[in-house]
Amino acid sequence: MGLLAALLAASLAALPSGDIQAAPKKAEAAQTAPIAQAKLNIGRSATPEEISGWDIDIRPDGHGLPIGKGTVKEGEPLYVERCAACHGEFGESAGRWPILSGGNDSLASHDPIKSVGSYWPYASTLIDYIRRAMPFGAAQTLTNDELYAITAYVLFLNDVIKTEDFELSDKNFGTIKLPNESNFFDDDRETSEKAFWRKDPCMSNCAAGHATVTGRARVIDVTPEQSKGPKVE
Amino acid sequence: MKEETPKPKGIMSRRAFLRTGLAAGGAVAAGGANAMPPQGNPANQPPNVPDWTRSLGEGVVARPYGKPSSYESVVIRRDVEWLTASRESSVSFTPLHALDGMITPNGLCFERHHAGIAEVDPADYRLILHGLVDKPLIFTLDDIKRMPRVSRAYFCECAANSGMEWRGAQLNGCQYTHGMVHCVMYTGVPLKTLLDEAGVKPNAKWLLLEGGDSAAMTRSLPMQKALDDVLIAYRMNGEMLYPENGYPVRAVIPGWEANMWVKWLRRIELGDQPWHHREETSKYTDLLENGKARRFTYVMDAKSVITNPSPQAPINHKSGFTVLSGLAWSGRGKIARVDVSLDGGRNWQTAKLDGPIFDKALTRFYYEFDWDGRELLLQSRAMDETGYVQPSKSELRKVRGVNSIYHNNGIQTWQLHKNGEVENVEIS
Repeated sequence: MGLLAALLAASLAALPSGDIQAAPKKAEAAQTAPIAQAKLNIGRSATPEEISGWDIDIRPDGHGLPIGKGTVKEGEPLYVERCAACHGEFGESAGRWPILSGGNDSLASHDPIKSVGSYWPYASTLIDYIRRAMPFGAAQTLTNDELYAITAYVLFLNDVIKTEDFELSDKNFGTIKLPNESNFFDDDRETSEKAFWRKDPCMSNCAAGHATVTGRARVIDVTPEQSKGPKVE
Repeated sequence: MKEETPKPKGIMSRRAFLRTGLAAGGAVAAGGANAMPPQGNPANQPPNVPDWTRSLGEGVVARPYGKPSSYESVVIRRDVEWLTASRESSVSFTPLHALDGMITPNGLCFERHHAGIAEVDPADYRLILHGLVDKPLIFTLDDIKRMPRVSRAYFCECAANSGMEWRGAQLNGCQYTHGMVHCVMYTGVPLKTLLDEAGVKPNAKWLLLEGGDSAAMTRSLPMQKALDDVLIAYRMNGEMLYPENGYPVRAVIPGWEANMWVKWLRRIELGDQPWHHREETSKYTDLLENGKARRFTYVMDAKSVITNPSPQAPINHKSGFTVLSGLAWSGRGKIARVDVSLDGGRNWQTAKLDGPIFDKALTRFYYEFDWDGRELLLQSRAMDETGYVQPSKSELRKVRGVNSIYHNNGIQTWQLHKNGEVENVEIS
C-alpha cells in the first residue's frame, strides 16, 4: 500500500494543476494492477490483553497452566454441585454422559471403559477441558482455584491422587501422571494396513459358496421411523 | 465369520417391524412390507386436468428463500435419540438416500455439535492468530473476506461415521450408517496466506485450532497440513456458512476427520508440539483389540456406500431396468474406480463414475442392470488413486477389532428382497 500511495502521489504531482480529468484514470490503472507483495497487510496486531482472554489452552508440559490451587476436599462439594448430575457422584456417569472414573484393565475387553484413569494419557487434558467447556452449559465460569479443586477431585476418584488433603496447583501439576500414557502410538495405517493397497482386487469367484446372512439390523430394531422426524417449517 | 448380535446402547422402544409399514397408510415407508409407491388421486391424472393446471400459483417472492416441495418433507437431517445424552452434544445425519450428484445441499449437511450451535454476530467475529509467529494478528470477517480466496469441493466425514456398525448391522438406512458425510464447495482463504501474514517462527511445528462455541472445541494440526491445503472458509455452495456448519468461519481440513474442521473458528495458536486435548485423547483415538490406541489418525480411508437402493429407498418396480447409485470418497485423493457386487462380494462389476471427480470429494457412481426380481446382496468397493482398496468388514475387524468406534470404512451389505424392500445385513 505504501508503494501504491507513493506512485499515486507522484502521478498526481506530475499533473498540471487544474487537470482533474486525467488523475482518476491513472489511479484506476494503478489500483487494478495485481499485487506482487509478499504481505497483504490485512489484519492488525493482536494485543497481549486481547490474546489473554481467549488463550486458555493447557499442554502436557504445563504450558498454559493458570495460577491457582485447590485440594481434593475443596473439590468434592464443587463436583457434587456442578458435575455429578451428569457424571455421577463417583464419576460413574448418569445416563449417556461420559464416564470419568473406573474401567481399569478394561481396554482389551469387549466392554472397554475409557475413563480419565483407565484411558486418558495426560492429566493436562482434564484440566484443559474442564477449563474450556465445563460445567456443561456454563463454560468458563470456574475460578482458577475451583478449577484446580475439581480437577484434583476427579483425579482422586481415579486413584491418581491418593489423599483428600492433596493440594493441586500450577506448581505441582507436572508431577501428575496417568497410567495409560504409554499405550498410545501414532497413526501407522500405511504400514500396518499395507495389505489394503492392492493392485488388482479380486473380480470373480472371490469367496467360496453363497453368501449367508449372519446378522440383521431389523432384529435389534433401533432405527428411527421414517414417518417421524423433527418438524420442518 | 459369525457376528455377535450387537447390543444397542441406551434405552429405546422395541417396535414390531411390520408396524412401520402398516401404520404409514399406503405411503412409502422404510422397511414396509409393500414397497410399491402410492397410487395418487386419479382426478389429477390423464385424461383429467389437475388443479395445478387450472389455477394460478403463487407469484415470485412468495417464497423469498426457496425450499423443497412440501412433498419432499421427509428429506431432512435426522438424529438417533438414544445415541447421545443431549441434543446439544449430538449428531444429525445427511439423507444420502434422497440425494444425487456429488454436492450436498447446505440445509442437509450433517451436524455434529459439542455444545450446541454458536450464534455468532459477524460484526463481533474475530480470529486471533498468535503463538510462535513474528507478529500476532487479529482479523475481522471483512479482513478474511477481502483476502485472496479459492473455491474447492471437499467431502467432510465424521470419524465416527459407520461407527455404530463395528459389531454388526445396527441401523436400517444409509442415512444412519453413512450419513455423517457431506460434500460442498467451500470458499475461503488458504491458511498459508494467514500464516504468511503473521510470519511463522522456525520452531513452529503444530497449530491449535479453537472454536468459539460453548465447548471451545480444539484440535492440534500439524504444520505440514496447514501449509498444504487447509482453508479458512466462510462460504459453502456459494452462500455464507450456515450457523450449524460454523458461521461465519470454519476450518476446512481436506480428507481428514471432520472433528478437525473446527467451526466458529476464533483462535489459531502456533506451537512446537501437539496439545493432546480432549478430542485427540479421550475421543478420536482408535482403540485396538490389544488395549493399545492409535492416535492422530487424521486421514479418512477410501469408502463407498450404495445410496439407492437402500433401506430408506426401496425399489418400487417388480423387476427390469434398474439404476443402482452410490457415493465413494477417499481422504488420500481422487476416487479411481468403484466396483459393485450383487452377490455379497463373490463377483464384481465395475461401476460408472459420473460427474466431476475431484481430489478428496464425494464421487457419484452408477451401475445399471436388469433386475430379474431375485433376492440380491448389494455391495460397493471403492479404490482411490493411491491404490487403496476399501476392505470388507471382516478384513477390517481382523486388524482393528471392534472397539475402535472411529474410521469404520468396511464394505456395507444391503439385502434386496424380492418385494423391493432393502435391509442392512451382515454376511459371511
